[in-house]
This record gives sequence, C-alpha cells and structure tokens, in this order.
Amino acid sequence: MTSITAYEPGASQLLMGNEAIARGALEAGVGFASGYPGTPSSEIIGSLAEVAREMDIYVEWSVNEKVALEAAAAASFAGVRAIVAMKQNGLNVASDFLMTLNLTGTNAGLVLVLCDDPSALSSTNEEDSRPIAKWADLPLLEPATFQEAKEMTKWAFELSEEIKNVCLIRSVTRVSHARGDVRLGEPMPPSREARFAPTTLGQFTPMFVPLKHNLLHQKLSKAREIFESSPFNWYTGPERPELLIVTCGSGWYYSLEAVRTLGLESSVGILKLGTTWPLPEKLVQQHLARTDKVLVVEEVDPFLEGNLKELVGDTFSALGPLTFYGKRSGHLPSFGELDPDRVMGAVSSVLGRERVAVDPDYAKKAQALTGSLVQSRMIGFCAGCPHRATLWSVKNALKLDGRGGFVTGDIGCYTMGLGPTGFFQLKTAQAMGSGTGLASGFGKLGKLGFSQPVLAVCGDSTFFHAAIPALINGVYNQSNFTLIILDNSATAMTGFQPHPGTGASALGEPAPRVDLEALCGSLGIRVEVADPFDLEDTTHKLLDLMRDDSGVRVLISRRKCALVRAREEKAAYKVRVDSEKCRGESCGCARLCTRVFQCPGLVWDSDSQTARIDEIICSGCGVCADICPASAIIREVA
Amino acid sequence: MEGKDPLNVIVTGVGGQGNVLISQLMGRALVRAGYHVTIGETYGASQRGGAVMSHLRVSRQAQYGPLIPQGQANVILGLEPVETLRVLGQYGNPGVTVITNSRPVYPLAVAIGTAHYPSVEEIVKALEELSSKAWLINATDIALELGASILTNIIMLGALVGADVLPLAAGEFELELRESLPADRLDLNLKAFRLGLAEAKAR
Repeated sequence: MTSITAYEPGASQLLMGNEAIARGALEAGVGFASGYPGTPSSEIIGSLAEVAREMDIYVEWSVNEKVALEAAAAASFAGVRAIVAMKQNGLNVASDFLMTLNLTGTNAGLVLVLCDDPSALSSTNEEDSRPIAKWADLPLLEPATFQEAKEMTKWAFELSEEIKNVCLIRSVTRVSHARGDVRLGEPMPPSREARFAPTTLGQFTPMFVPLKHNLLHQKLSKAREIFESSPFNWYTGPERPELLIVTCGSGWYYSLEAVRTLGLESSVGILKLGTTWPLPEKLVQQHLARTDKVLVVEEVDPFLEGNLKELVGDTFSALGPLTFYGKRSGHLPSFGELDPDRVMGAVSSVLGRERVAVDPDYAKKAQALTGSLVQSRMIGFCAGCPHRATLWSVKNALKLDGRGGFVTGDIGCYTMGLGPTGFFQLKTAQAMGSGTGLASGFGKLGKLGFSQPVLAVCGDSTFFHAAIPALINGVYNQSNFTLIILDNSATAMTGFQPHPGTGASALGEPAPRVDLEALCGSLGIRVEVADPFDLEDTTHKLLDLMRDDSGVRVLISRRKCALVRAREEKAAYKVRVDSEKCRGESCGCARLCTRVFQCPGLVWDSDSQTARIDEIICSGCGVCADICPASAIIREVA
Repeated sequence: MEGKDPLNVIVTGVGGQGNVLISQLMGRALVRAGYHVTIGETYGASQRGGAVMSHLRVSRQAQYGPLIPQGQANVILGLEPVETLRVLGQYGNPGVTVITNSRPVYPLAVAIGTAHYPSVEEIVKALEELSSKAWLINATDIALELGASILTNIIMLGALVGADVLPLAAGEFELELRESLPADRLDLNLKAFRLGLAEAKAR
C-alpha cells in the first residue's frame, strides 16, 4: 500500500489513525522516532520507518519502551523534535524514566504517544494509561478523529516546546486501528543542528527536586491556560441542553451518532474535549453551568468523569446542583470498549426514553435462523506454527519427566499456549519477561519444599525486551529452571518487526545481529539449540535439561514464524492423509492429530470418519506426520 | 443503494483471508472519488484464525464513527459463510444486501470434530430470509482455478462492485488495484477482480 508521503500536500488520503499520527509528526519536522512494537501502536513507528530514508530522519525499533523514551529524550535534549510510541503496557516499562523526565524537562518538542487497547483485543490487560498525565503532571491530548490525530500530533510538539516538557497523546484501538480520509499538510524538514549544550546548572537533571516539582506545576498551569482556547475542544448542541454529554477520543463519534440516531439534536449537547489533562476549567465550567444533567462518555476508566467531579467540587457554589451519569452511575460499563449502541442505550436511559435498537421481529428471526449455526471461533496457533510444535514437545517432556513440572508463560503469540492449540501448557502470563522472573523465583523454593521442574518460555523479541535481567537474576542467585527461547526470528504478534536478534534495522537495512547462543553462553550456563519441528530431538533435549537441575539452562527453539516462511519460501512438504491407513475412531489414538494436536490444516472428516488435510490452510510443515501412530499422515518433499 | 448516506458496509471473514486489504482498496477508491470514508477494523490476534470484521462507512457529507450500530448494515460482504451469518444476525435488517463466499474455513471446533459446520441449505435459507438480496459466490473455487486461494478476496471485491451497491464503477476500482498492488501481482489480481465482476453480472 502507499506510504504516508505518497500524496501531495492538500490531497485527501485514507490513513489509519496511527499513520495520521506519524504524518502529523512529519509535518512538525520530527527528526527522531522510537518505540517498541505493541498493538495498537505499532504502525506509528512502522510507517515512519518506511519513509525514514526519503525524509532523512532517524527511526528505530528500540529494545524496550523505556530505552525508546530515553533515546528520544536524548534527541529532544539535543534540540531535535522526537516522537515515541507504545501500547499501554509499554508505558509501565517507560514510566520509571518518565517520572523523572517530567522534572528535568525537555528542550525540542518531545511527544509520547500511548495507544490503549480497550477490551484487550490484543493485550493482557485493558489498562487506561491516562492517569499517568495526572500522576506525572504532564499535558494530555486525546484525538477523536483521524484528521485530529494528525493535527494534534503536529501541535503537540509546539506545546511541548512552549512548556519545555513531554506532551502526551492518548489514542485507543478505534482511533489507532481505524482509517479515515485525512487532508494532508506540508511535511517539514527536521533541525539538523543537533547539539547537547545545557545552559543552566542541572538543566537536564532533577536537581533540587522540590523546586523542579514546583516548576513542573507552573508548566502544567501554563498548559491549562493554553487549553482554554484550544481548537481541539468544541461544543455542539443547544444553548441550554437538557443533557450535556462530555466526551473525548473514541467517545466523540459514538456520542454524535447516538444524538443523531435518537433525533435529540435540539435537546442534547456534546462537549468534546481534546485536551483532557489539565482540564480547561473555565471552558468546562461554562458548559456545566448551562445544564443540570451530565453524561460522561469515555474509554475505559472514569478518568474524565472523576476529573470533572473534582472540578465541580472546587467550584460547587458557582455551578449549582448537577447530576452526573456515566460509569459510576452504571449507565456505561467501566470495563471493555464502548460502541454506538452502548452510548445510545445510556442516553436513552438517562432521558427516560425507550430505544429500540433493532426491529424485534427481525432480531427474533435472526436469532432463530443463525443462532445455532454460528459457532465461536477461538484464536489459536496458525498452521505450521513452531510454537505448537515446541509446546507439543514440552507437554511430552513434562509427562515423561513426571515430577509435576510446568511452564511459566510470557507475552507474544505463544501466550496462546494458555489455550487448546498450545495444549494448555502455559500456566502463567503477566508482563513482558515475567515468565523468566517467575521461574527465577520458583527455582529458589527448594529450601521451602518445592521440587517441581520449572520451564519458562519467552519469544526472541521478548527475551531482549525484558527477560535478560530475569535470566541474569536466576544465574546470579543460583536458581534452578530452564528458559526456552522461542526464536521465530520476528516480533510476530505485532506484525513481524525486526529486533536485535534478526540482523535487520527498523528500515530493513543490515544491522549487527545479537547472537542468542553467545549471549546466553557468556553467562556460563548450559545452552542448547533445537529445531521444534524435530519433535523427538526437542523432547529429548528438554528432558535432559530438566534432569540436569544444577542451575539455569537455556534451550533455544529455533524456527521461523510460519507466516514469514509462507512469504519467503515454498512449503517444505506436500502433506496428505492415507485414508487406507487412517483407522479413525477404531485406531486407539483417540484422534490424536485432530482432537489433540489441533492444527487448523488437519480436519476431522465426519463423513469418512478419517482425518484429512485442508490443502488451503496446510502450510506443509510436515510435523503432524510424526505424531500419527499409524503413519497414516504422509509427507512428501514438495 | 442510491441515496444511502451514510452507506454502511461490513466486510467479514477469518483472519488471513485478506479482509483488511479489500476494505482498504474500497476505502481508497471512495476517498479518491471525494467521499468521506471511515473504516473500523479488528486486528492483532485476529490474524490467528479469529473472526474479522471491517466496518466501512461512506458519506458525501461527513465522516462517521468506526463502528456501525447494530441492525444498520446496508451491505455485508462475507469471505466465509458462517462469519457472514454471524454478522448478519447482529447487523442485518430486512433491506440488507449480502454477498458471501461459499467456501467454509472451519472453526477449530469443527476441524477437531467436536462441532458440525452448517449445511449449505441451512446457510442459504438463513441468508435469504434475513436479507433483501443474497448471493453465494464460489469465489475460493474460482481462485483455485486461477492457481491461488489467496485471490478469493479480490474475486469477492469484484462481485461486490458488480452488484452495484457501491457508488463507484468497476473502472475506478481497477485504477485502485493498479495503484495499490505490486506490478508483478497486478495481472492476476485484475483477472480475479474481473471474474468476480462477471459472477455478479451473470445474476
């Protein structure tokens, strides 16, 4: 598809919210961009990397979010505008640096984009990252439209320079991962006079913390004044609305749709806020004074709702009685995504009107006709996924070992190993690298009666991101566990971004490849490498590593991601089921291949009562041929 | 679909079928023609065999939100029959037009033999009773004849364009394919698009 610089300024281009953010940065003259991949944020850095050569700017995939923010802060300190992007969990990693960077301040514009994932469509939590703005005393912008995502990002650099501090932008899935037409502006060349030259004592340090803390509050007050007249805040509706909706971000379109669909334009007003911290108090008070009912529409936590109430608490005598509706009143859920139907329901309920969403006769008929036909579609490992093969060997090795061993999980595609396609092998899943940290702890419980073997898994990108300190902790503290690095040569879950182990940079240029074996070997521990498609060898190595319970061991299970293989190479095998040899239910294998191995390319044919290969789905890895006890699955070199 | 503003189109299928690509191609062609377009998509984990939906909202007047309210789809384009039914049940109405590929991608529960996939008769009955027009297209078979099942989505795009439900002519979509697809894959995709178009025109 076309890049974010393919069209002339003035043209309208269909852009993903993330691309609009990236384009806004280009139009602001960004010179430095960094981040760590994470849904729904990845395309911000991805689309900048795509045009980095052409625009002659620097773009990197950093090893983790904290380093990404540190690297970008260096650019800001040296006078170059910089953008950093991450998902909500990434903020947790970066926040250690952020919570002091706010005190030290910045030089050239520094914009930190946080992309939240309400409903956790591709996350292990649905954390609302906005409270960081309040916590760190930093200004927060929330785009509601694609055009605004671009304009806001562009302006965020100016605001950052005005107050000499980080400016936060918070997006959500339905902005970041939606697309809309955006009118393009002119890209700006970055400053090419990078130089680090502090002008005052301790300028880029938190030195004299209370003084800097006070200065931080002054900066925030300045942002509040600027926000009072921001074009990102607007009101639409009658002079004195019966109900005032206050909304931000994704809530804007849902609110607009609800008011239109319900035909309430003359009685319900919408105050759309783009600057949600600090609140533009005067503007907000003006609008609150003209109504007595307020509905707050936002994702995910009642952040805006709480801040509005706080403001009302400060100025109660001037405003008179107000009733708030939203998440605390139960009119909107305080978990999961919003959508136009939920907002319509809330508006109708507050105003005491009945709302019929869908014609009840049609709904009834649809339920009768489709209800029983539509099955749930669980996500799982792709056909040919190396993780399925590794976890098959893990399952068998743990069984053969017989001491009640288990797997601590981590973050990536392989988190799906919690479910049926990973044979439920993963028993924990929290944060990046935490599988190894947990293993390090479990491995020290021997003194306290613990005797189970511990296996930790993590992907190659996750290993670099956060598992290395945990591994070293295990080595140093003489813990006892085996780390399995699932090396599929990509950050697969988020779109195959390169990382330090792939030998490629964010721009796809050759980069030094950090050698996993050498790195782990340098810790003085045993390191083995296996091909997960060789089930027997992988199982033996795992068993041997588990029995060698003398400390920390590493198994690198190495095979490229099936989706990457499908792009780069032809299938290794043509796989078929010999229907003469497959004895189906009478075999005694209890349908090991379809029922247990659960590869979507292997299908149980209920008509013929045998397994068969779905040739459209099958990736030709041939692993299933090794699990069939009757040798009925035939693989032939393709 | 003349006069529908916004026009609400849902493209649905299973991760990996190229749902996102065809919704983007449509969106880009419509933006080029001066329409406001919004596309809401589900990604991420959906690449791994999950149900996928793209909501397209097309308007002359204004940009709409990325999610279509329930019961408000004007057109449903399905790359997989059960996914089409899933969307129809939630977003359909008596006036909806449905165009769906006929070839199933079995949910894991079906593949492993713990659930049954509905019969063609059951699917057709539901589609017909819940829409004003329902077409079943053997797009995967056509794609396989062309040598690559991955072309299914482009064939279905052709069928949609041929059904005259979008405010754009086939030529404008061909222009989009030329602009968006790599040169070495263009001819095959154009062929697929035209075969889809012909399927629709034959009805």
